[in-house]
Amino acid sequence: MSGVGTSQMEMAAGKPVRQGNRAVRRFLRHRLAIIGLLIILFLVLACAIGPSLLPYNQLHIDLRHRFQAPFMGPHILGSDQLGRDLLARLLMAGRISLTVGFVAMVLSTAVGVIIGLASGFYGGRIGGALMRLVDAVLCFPSIFLLLTLAALTTPSLLTITVIIALTAWMQVARIVDGQVRALRERDYMIAAEALGASDSRLMFRELLPNIVAPIVVSATLNVANAILMEAYVSYLGYGIQPPTPSWGNMLNNAQEYLTTAPWLALLPGAVITLAVSSFNFVGDGLRDALDPHMDLPG
Amino acid sequence: MARYLLSRIGQSLFLLLIVSIIGFALLHLTPGGPLSQFALTPGMTAADLHRIAHEMGLDQPLPIQYLVWLWHLLQGDWGRSYRDQEPVLAIIGEHLPATLELMASSTILAVIIGTWVGVLSAMRRYSVADYLATIGAMVALSIPTFWFGLVVIYIFSVSLEWLPSGGIATIGNGSVLDLARHLILPCVVLALVTVATWSRYMRSATLDVAAQDYVRTARAKGLRPGQILRQHILRNAMLPMITLAGLQLPTLLGGALVAETVFTWPGMGRLFLDSLGYRDYPVVMGLLMVSAILTLIGNLAADILYVVFDPRVRLA
Amino acid sequence: MSALLDVEDLAVRFRSDSGEVTALEGVSFSVAAGETLAIVGESSSGKSVSALAIMRLLPPAPACRVTGRIRFQGRDGPISLLDLPERAMVAVRGGEIAMIFQEPMTSLNPVHMIGRQIAEAVLAHEGGGKTAALRRAIELLDLVGIPDAARRAESYPHQLSGGMRQRAMIAMALASRPKLLIADEPTTALDVTVQAQILDLLRRLQAETGLAIIFITHNLGVVAEIADRTLVMYSGQVVEEAPTASLLAAPLMPYTRGLLNSVPRLEAALRPGQRLPAIAGNVPDPRHRPAACTFQPRCDWAQPDICGVTRPGMERVAEAHLVRCARWREIAV
Repeated sequence: MSGVGTSQMEMAAGKPVRQGNRAVRRFLRHRLAIIGLLIILFLVLACAIGPSLLPYNQLHIDLRHRFQAPFMGPHILGSDQLGRDLLARLLMAGRISLTVGFVAMVLSTAVGVIIGLASGFYGGRIGGALMRLVDAVLCFPSIFLLLTLAALTTPSLLTITVIIALTAWMQVARIVDGQVRALRERDYMIAAEALGASDSRLMFRELLPNIVAPIVVSATLNVANAILMEAYVSYLGYGIQPPTPSWGNMLNNAQEYLTTAPWLALLPGAVITLAVSSFNFVGDGLRDALDPHMDLPG
Repeated sequence: MARYLLSRIGQSLFLLLIVSIIGFALLHLTPGGPLSQFALTPGMTAADLHRIAHEMGLDQPLPIQYLVWLWHLLQGDWGRSYRDQEPVLAIIGEHLPATLELMASSTILAVIIGTWVGVLSAMRRYSVADYLATIGAMVALSIPTFWFGLVVIYIFSVSLEWLPSGGIATIGNGSVLDLARHLILPCVVLALVTVATWSRYMRSATLDVAAQDYVRTARAKGLRPGQILRQHILRNAMLPMITLAGLQLPTLLGGALVAETVFTWPGMGRLFLDSLGYRDYPVVMGLLMVSAILTLIGNLAADILYVVFDPRVRLA
Repeated sequence: MSALLDVEDLAVRFRSDSGEVTALEGVSFSVAAGETLAIVGESSSGKSVSALAIMRLLPPAPACRVTGRIRFQGRDGPISLLDLPERAMVAVRGGEIAMIFQEPMTSLNPVHMIGRQIAEAVLAHEGGGKTAALRRAIELLDLVGIPDAARRAESYPHQLSGGMRQRAMIAMALASRPKLLIADEPTTALDVTVQAQILDLLRRLQAETGLAIIFITHNLGVVAEIADRTLVMYSGQVVEEAPTASLLAAPLMPYTRGLLNSVPRLEAALRPGQRLPAIAGNVPDPRHRPAACTFQPRCDWAQPDICGVTRPGMERVAEAHLVRCARWREIAV
């Protein structure tokens, strides 16, 4: 078998191409990831510009057209129990939900990277203690933690974002810790250490640049997760509070109108699914592109 | 092996200690702390509160308070509900079976479907079916569980009127059929995420095992493809899945909370949300601790099962 | 003498991102009943691919295309292996042609007991009940010289030593009395003393059962001990074929000579500072093989105007000696 193994490996290796270049090529070959990226761009643009192009404000109450079904009147995607325009609300909610998703991702990634770096770099007792903390937090279902924290604080955009970040940093920390532990023993690290580089320099200038790829991947997946988490807490009433619309709280009382106005439940959920799966597809594509050993489905 | 198990149990207990510290910290984050319930009682003066605080030991240093709290916890004294003064542990005990029923049934469903989809994807790698399974799993992981619940209620309860939209049984009708009809929708909704995760991991585990030398040996000795799949590929691919099942437990519990809310299922998830609504912190904290303990037990059980099924670990 | 196995013009091509890669081309050889044929060559010379092609264990088309003819004298008359439907091939594998591999540790399933894994092979070809198959497995373990076979049958692979594991693999291969055993580097992963024991075992089994063996190795010392005839492969082609004694005594292909020179010898101890002669360079990348003689870039005898122009064919230089070299006459002198 050795013969086959070697020749297949040689085949896979191909001509040497610059790593970055190749990662871009591999990503572009990942059609689903490209579609996901385009959908994200579309959603961001629509939420940013869309509301100013619409005839209705998301708070405008139009009692003559309550519960208007999509495409059946002046409101393109229909209206809710107060006659508010669903499309306008969806777009304004998108601003909130996408912002929460991005900011929570930045915060959770930052926390995860710092804890992971410290744990992997110092190893030993500190590393062990930090990783046990990660294990312990992971024992709680994140929704339980999220809801408890949300119920303990006064709900606002900021607190919700922070709380989501607080329940989502553990995976990043684990990944960074693992990578740093592996890199720690490499020659160039030992050399840099011998030259008397400071700890923070070693961590942020020598180690961090080498583990950007897995961090970028999990950060992308974290946006998806944060959008989903915002939807969960807001749906359950502990997240973004009305009248500020978010994709989650638009579904908040949609269940009661399920028989009379199903679009109120169906549309926001479909938009959440679209946004979250787009981020997941991009994250997946990035993982394949940045990890040369991954099994790559065309 | 005994040593391995003992050390795993030791690790779990240590984690449980950290978990309890987190739980205790959260309890003390509650607005007004554990005293808040008394502060709401009409006619309560600051002096009264001070006296109660002293009686409850709340004027002690935090580490002492923690140890006292932990001591009570170990003795089964998890506090009393603010709502009806029932012991927390008893309340949770009442709600646990419904949640376990939901989780167990959905796990069985998900493992059967997920294994089948994953193996099929691996065996027909890069086929149309494989791509559809990949896309399907990714989308399934992106669907908000509660929304999927609303969609199936809309289809099967509102439009088709085939199945009830919520509850665990029709009042006055305790037949098995009635219970099953109530179980179907929440079970399917909760299974969605597990099916997606399980099928992805099953696919990669199957691919890993199928490339092993011993599978080539099995082919070389003239076993039929079906035999190879059952005896050599599935048997070995299931090993990492045992660990996965343990690790998925918190996700499953979280999903159960959401599914129970949508389907008014009288389990731990509903209890959790109701208690949050009433600011019934002792129950909330109790449920948090129970969920973490269940997770730890699940992981430990997965480790033990792994030992049972992998002779390399068992006899090492 | 009619051959047990007759391979004619065998070629194997793998599909890859950068087009088709020829792993094997124009390979022809035959094996007589009861004979031992050694196939030697460096890694990726195509020796393992040849074996897997005979067993039809290579990936299915279109990932891999196998062409040529492989005829085998089966129990029920001659069969053409490459034309056999997969269902019939399943019966041939392990039933009439068995194969053992280099790495007995990874070649045995770690979660099943040894006895059970052998019994599986017995059941697949001989039928009968599970208990009978297990009894036969224990007999087989005993046959390959495993002491306390009944107890060993209940061991898991990781509980056995490397040599024991390879014996178990051989027992498994013998499950239904095959006529041909393909042994792909069966001793490479073993200690030298264990290596010798395994070779002894194979010789004994061959004497007792009349088994023919294709022995794949890169170790010429092993070849000298076990093989009647030897095939030298280089870069996907057969470059020399001869009875082992004459090949070792008078190799004609410069590559074979290089291989022989790079074997350390006891009698010719190296002077201090002297290095073992090795063949310079590497096996060519299968995607960029020279169009002419594939060994020419590494060959001391190469003459660009001959060797760099056309690819030599196999030439018969004696009764059973074939060589692929344009300049063999000059080398022979």
